Amino acid sequence: MSDMLFMYPEYEVVRDSDRCIGCRVCERQCANEVHYHDEETGKMLADSTKCVNCHRCVCLCPTHALKIKKSEDTYKLNANWDGQTINEVYRQAGSGGVLLSSMGNPKPYPVYWDKLLVNASQVTNPSIDPLREPMETAVFLGKKTAKVERDENGKLKDTMSPQLKLSMPVMFSAMSYGSISYNAHESLARAAEELGIFYNTGEGGLHKDFYRYGKNTIVQVASGRFGVFKDYLEAAAAIEIKMGQGAKPGIGGHLPGAKITDAVSNTRMIPKGVDVISPAPHHDIYSIEDLRQLIYSLKEATAYKKPVIVKIAAVHNVAAIASGIARSGADVIAIDGYRGGTGAAPTRIRDNVGIPIELALAAVDQRLREEGIRDNVSVVVAGSVRSSADLLKAIALGADACYIGTAALLALGCHLCRSCHTGKCNWGIATQVPELVKRLNPEVGYKRLVNLMHAWNHELQEMMGGMGINSIEALRGNRLMLRGLGMTEKELEILGVRHAGE
Amino acid sequence: MKIQAGESLNYADLNEIIRSSVDREVQIEGCVGQRYIGAGLAGRKIRIKGTPGNALGAYLDGSEIFVDGNAQDAIGDTMNAGKIVVKGNAGDAVGYAMRGGKIFIRGDAGYRVGIHMKAYKEHRPVIVVGGIVGSFLGEYQAGGIIVVLDLEKNPLGIVGNFCGTGMHGGEMYLRCDRLPALPAQVRAERVERVTEGEIFTVLKEYCDTFSLDLERVLSEGFYRLTPNTDNPYRQMYTAN
Repeated sequence: MSDMLFMYPEYEVVRDSDRCIGCRVCERQCANEVHYHDEETGKMLADSTKCVNCHRCVCLCPTHALKIKKSEDTYKLNANWDGQTINEVYRQAGSGGVLLSSMGNPKPYPVYWDKLLVNASQVTNPSIDPLREPMETAVFLGKKTAKVERDENGKLKDTMSPQLKLSMPVMFSAMSYGSISYNAHESLARAAEELGIFYNTGEGGLHKDFYRYGKNTIVQVASGRFGVFKDYLEAAAAIEIKMGQGAKPGIGGHLPGAKITDAVSNTRMIPKGVDVISPAPHHDIYSIEDLRQLIYSLKEATAYKKPVIVKIAAVHNVAAIASGIARSGADVIAIDGYRGGTGAAPTRIRDNVGIPIELALAAVDQRLREEGIRDNVSVVVAGSVRSSADLLKAIALGADACYIGTAALLALGCHLCRSCHTGKCNWGIATQVPELVKRLNPEVGYKRLVNLMHAWNHELQEMMGGMGINSIEALRGNRLMLRGLGMTEKELEILGVRHAGE
Repeated sequence: MKIQAGESLNYADLNEIIRSSVDREVQIEGCVGQRYIGAGLAGRKIRIKGTPGNALGAYLDGSEIFVDGNAQDAIGDTMNAGKIVVKGNAGDAVGYAMRGGKIFIRGDAGYRVGIHMKAYKEHRPVIVVGGIVGSFLGEYQAGGIIVVLDLEKNPLGIVGNFCGTGMHGGEMYLRCDRLPALPAQVRAERVERVTEGEIFTVLKEYCDTFSLDLERVLSEGFYRLTPNTDNPYRQMYTAN
């Protein structure tokens, strides 16, 4: 009765035997070895206990004979002790381990995007037809504090800090090579190049094949400093210091040696097969002054040519922290909300630490404005921007741009089974197993990302046009374009929006 | 080229002069705390008189830096290759996450020396401190060699608290008779006499650099610290 305690699977594989032709595609496609062929009866069978509900078999079954159903088996119903909670206790009682999960917080916390409604023009303030009128979605990220200075001949001097130009206010979030596959990285890099936006290497270094996408690459410098060296910094368009991540604020990471393949080891510049530990904090940063030192050491190493982004998790004190960062010399602050994804995080931290990005964003924007330092930095938000509507609302709440991670992975085929930490992603995304990686064709992957972003951009333009706004610049921080629905006074106050009807 | 630093030259201007100079050798005199000297530079030889500021030689990529004086915090941060030599003392966080190259300090160093030092292929970073170091020596060490010599037999003791916490690679040599308190995942062995190997080569180079008597340094034994191969982290997680 130790770790052998049987737990009925949460999801069951259901096979329509009339449709199944015994082609065994499901068996070949499942890295979790759920499906098997019964030699005696000639039938396909399934072991649902191994199923992670990634839908790979469902999608690839040529006769659509498969579906995955939520299991009807249940412990005695209990509003306090639900099945998941009970099973987690069983798992820990069996193993003594810290529960490890992947992707974003799935708990039913309120989604503030869904409580915000967008304005539109009627009669007196005509909307703009984006098909007829120019609609500007390009944004520049960086300090906007240039002073007007003239040289001895009276010509204007260029005092502008380095900027990132985005064709639309979206970038692909930091996802490291190691946590996602080579083909996933290639898809993101190519899409970023074609779209005129940026993707982010995460803390896993930059594969040498991807240096050619440098002008669309943001490289990350995290506590472990993996793969950080001169060429890496030089290759990028911008450098991001990762102080925190929405899915796991305040903690570091541990990549087991087994996941350090040759290529991952080369890219991270670490020995093969040895465990990799990212300390929780940067052990040389214990203050805003220390952060400033790292920012300026990076600027010095790259001759002040690249914007430096500081990424933090949205935590209780986020506004005060952002105020410090805005004074530290950073060009961009990236804030990651508690719904942000991850390749692996302790369940308890993912599900209980941090605050919603909507509230964090509103608080930060407000604070920086009050202190007169909003133009010191651009603000980029992440942590579950699921659609162009979320994107638009984020900009109206004060963001300059958004990072998307989960949405980008979904475009690549991710089905949000939240099993990245097993390293056996059947969609070839969160895995380093060569047979699985090749399932994701970067040629297809990058086009799907481009499609998604084009679609969002069209929707963004339509919604902006409807409001009578023709540039992101005019939408940013324009909270009058938002109304709240079903929120408390306090929530409305923090978001800085009025209730619908007001 | 020779640069007279002084108080009026700020770090950004000083570093711009160094970066844009075509001279391989640069001499800085009267250095008074200018930060980030040599950041990311390759193929240079920088001699500094005075006290350079924080983050000296950050991301250093093959240059050599000699400091005729003390250095401050965060020297050799994320250094990739090259050599930093400090005749006096160094501050905190020496060689944070350094991947390659050598840092030789003749005097003492502060807290957090060699944190998250790592190794990679031909890169094998080395830190040697002639005096003593503070707490958190080699925390999260993942590769390379850290050596502390305590040549002057400082009564404060060779190392502060929490030596080697989270160490999971590389090796540390402490020239002392009494082992500091160590976490469970660090193993210690006594080396009475260093006669060969990488540690010998490192010590010889160190002694040559500072004109020290190698025989005197080798006359005492070392404790060699390495990670305990029974990985304590592997059992920590349960898939959920």
